[in-house]
Amino acid sequence: MKALFASLCLGLFIFADAPAFASDAFVTASIAEPSNLIPFFATDTASSEISRLVFNGLVKYDKDLKLVGDLASDWRVSPDGLEIVFRLRAGVLWQDGVPFTAEDVVFTFQKLTDPAVPTPYGGDFEKVLSVTAPDPLTVKVVYKEPFSPGLASWGMGIVPRHLLEKENLLKTPFSRRPVGTGPYMLKSWKTGERIDLVANPRYFEGAPDIGRYVFRVIPDQATSFLELETENLDSTALSPLQFAKQTDSGFFREKYAKYRYPSFGYVYIGYNLKNPLFSDVRVRRAIGLAIDKEEIIRVTLMGLGRVSTGPFLPGTWAYNDSVRPAPHDPAAARRLLAEAGWTDTDGDGIVDKDGRRFSFTILTNQGNDQRRMACEIIQKRLAEVGVEMKIQVVEWGTFLKEFIDKQRFEAVLLAWQLSRDPDIFDIFHSSKANPGEFNFISYKNEEVDRLLEEGRRLFPENERAAVYRRLHEILASEEPYTFLYVPDALPVVHRRFRGVEVGAAGIGHNFIRWTVPEDEARYDFS
Amino acid sequence: MIFLKRLAAAVPLLAGILFMSFAVIRLAPGTAVDTQGAMNPRMTAQAREKLAELYGLDKPLLAQFAAWGSRAVRLDFGRSFVDGEEVTKKIGEAIPVTLLINGLSLLLILLFGIPLGVWSAVREGSAAEKAATFCVFLGFSVPTFWLSLLLMSWFGVTLRILPVAGLHALDHETMSAAGRLWDTARHLALPVAVSALTGLAGISRLMHGSLVETLRQNYIRTARAKGLSERSVLYGHALRNALLPVATVVGLSIPGLLGGSVIFESIFSIPGMGRLFFSSVFARDYPVIMGVLVLGAALTLLGNLLADLSYAAIDPRIRAR
Repeated sequence: MKALFASLCLGLFIFADAPAFASDAFVTASIAEPSNLIPFFATDTASSEISRLVFNGLVKYDKDLKLVGDLASDWRVSPDGLEIVFRLRAGVLWQDGVPFTAEDVVFTFQKLTDPAVPTPYGGDFEKVLSVTAPDPLTVKVVYKEPFSPGLASWGMGIVPRHLLEKENLLKTPFSRRPVGTGPYMLKSWKTGERIDLVANPRYFEGAPDIGRYVFRVIPDQATSFLELETENLDSTALSPLQFAKQTDSGFFREKYAKYRYPSFGYVYIGYNLKNPLFSDVRVRRAIGLAIDKEEIIRVTLMGLGRVSTGPFLPGTWAYNDSVRPAPHDPAAARRLLAEAGWTDTDGDGIVDKDGRRFSFTILTNQGNDQRRMACEIIQKRLAEVGVEMKIQVVEWGTFLKEFIDKQRFEAVLLAWQLSRDPDIFDIFHSSKANPGEFNFISYKNEEVDRLLEEGRRLFPENERAAVYRRLHEILASEEPYTFLYVPDALPVVHRRFRGVEVGAAGIGHNFIRWTVPEDEARYDFS
Repeated sequence: MIFLKRLAAAVPLLAGILFMSFAVIRLAPGTAVDTQGAMNPRMTAQAREKLAELYGLDKPLLAQFAAWGSRAVRLDFGRSFVDGEEVTKKIGEAIPVTLLINGLSLLLILLFGIPLGVWSAVREGSAAEKAATFCVFLGFSVPTFWLSLLLMSWFGVTLRILPVAGLHALDHETMSAAGRLWDTARHLALPVAVSALTGLAGISRLMHGSLVETLRQNYIRTARAKGLSERSVLYGHALRNALLPVATVVGLSIPGLLGGSVIFESIFSIPGMGRLFFSSVFARDYPVIMGVLVLGAALTLLGNLLADLSYAAIDPRIRAR
């Protein structure tokens, strides 16, 4: 209370000469309703967006994607990589006023690894032997083996022990009425409509300047665009078409700032390597050469993306700049196919080998027009080099269960979201090729296995970088996936918000420091 | 007595419908566990097993149905797999808005559809009648999403006289009671109008057809022959009889008042039954799907039962033997 009073006085003081800022509100929208705000159940985009505003982890990524302290002020990794000691910030309070301590971290860990708590994030903490709190501001984590991605996994939101100790996490009302340490507190939740958050006056980095955060549920993209045109939304992600064509009006330029940077994800073709058709690397490379990736970006993304060369985010330390994208070269593709024994002997326009025509089916999921269009473009390009590709579009649930999990496919066109840590063990390590696991293409390469293991053991960024850059090289030349493109993220933000800053992490990393000049405010909830 | 007998007969029917639904939903590949851990490399196989066990998805289908059924008869429909909310609560939150919009639009349809039907029946064959018929069919065949977006763009963006979507303004809470009512009315205007426009054809054409048919009856000729005014023939004799089929159709559409349309609710960002059901199907959220189906099946059976009974009440020939 005293602190609040002091800051009020201070506010009055500044009022005299500095420009005045309004509390205002930031209104954003999502296609889907958040399902659960407890950080380790918040798996969907909507839930994790809100959850991140309410909770803090021990560490976080800053705008340049470097790990920095969040609830932890700093940490130390033992030379053998088996022990991480976090020192916690002093004086942090839960939103209900109870002090945050190391016991909360221990409690969060216990819940994450509790067999009765079905969290998809449990895998991150499997290699942890123990988490202890030697004193209220120190957390000591001991690993069974060195595991560098583990450090980033402590970005997981920490939950309050005093509120959840006696709760059944699966039924607790806390999932809709969370109490965290974060910059915003949940105020109200109208199912299917909107969630209101208010600034936490006691936030340890200082209360956010924007007083209210309104999260609306608008399932239809056309509707949210109309809401932008009436300035009822302050921010949303645009589709490439909207970005390139529909927002080119004077009104839009005056009211909204558009941003563009690579999104955390890439679209690829994955080949089922158990299928003899794709076991020859020359065949996979030929397909890669036959596809004009720039063309796909031009047509499906209106040019708002870039060619992908590997499974890492362009511009990050794991990304190998020396890997050049394969050119569009149908002649070379045909040559490679011929080398692998595929030529058109019967003159029907389709290459064949031992009496078998080169024909396969690519699967992609329903509800994503960009991917379906990409398939059609690829189909046309492959036909030019004598490869017949059929397209099958399957509903998502069915796609995962019947085709991916059971590895019953020839090729798929899909996308991976990239996490901030470059560890891709689960996707390319040969031990992860069982049904239901994520190396569903059954890729097996001893050097890749070894590098993936090593990348997890090393902590210093420069040593890890060498490992992942080499991985990038191998994956690009072996082409178990044909990497297609990285779509751009295309957010817009209303121009009354000042202080928006684009970093490698996109916009929003400094949201709590955004301001609105007083004479431009649109909302007053005070 | 008859009512109770019929009601008792409906119970096994309901159980049958629900079992079929349960089986059919489960035939769709993928479970809630797959869609939740969808392509999340951090979701291990063990985590998925844990989830499946928790939801009881590892047991045989019949055992699952028995477990669900024994809870359902006590009106316990369980909790959503997706957000852990009680199914009854989720449905309870979605019903009022769907009911309100459907109710208002039915009211509008009756208010405009019946006079329109009468008007066109009297002018059967005239150019004006044909034009009116053309218009109602245009309303019937135009895609809802297209009409909705067009109206939203026109009234919301160009004219700025109505809100584009949603149910409440951002500052709804701070308004006075009258202000809130006005705010809600403004938000409901477009959805109700679209829903009524697209539904007008059904009732107005039914009214039209029924009245034209009635006007050909002998007793109408008799009424005219005995010198009654055209007005009295039309409203006193013909309309009352012609309204019967309309009343039946309206009666049968009562359970439909609780059903929402996905496209419509998505475009207007209305958290109604259609969206609830749609999203739960895609998330394979079995408890919610079954909850909605129970409601739908029970209401349909109840509606049919009431319709049957009311026929019996109106027409002695149908009375149960």
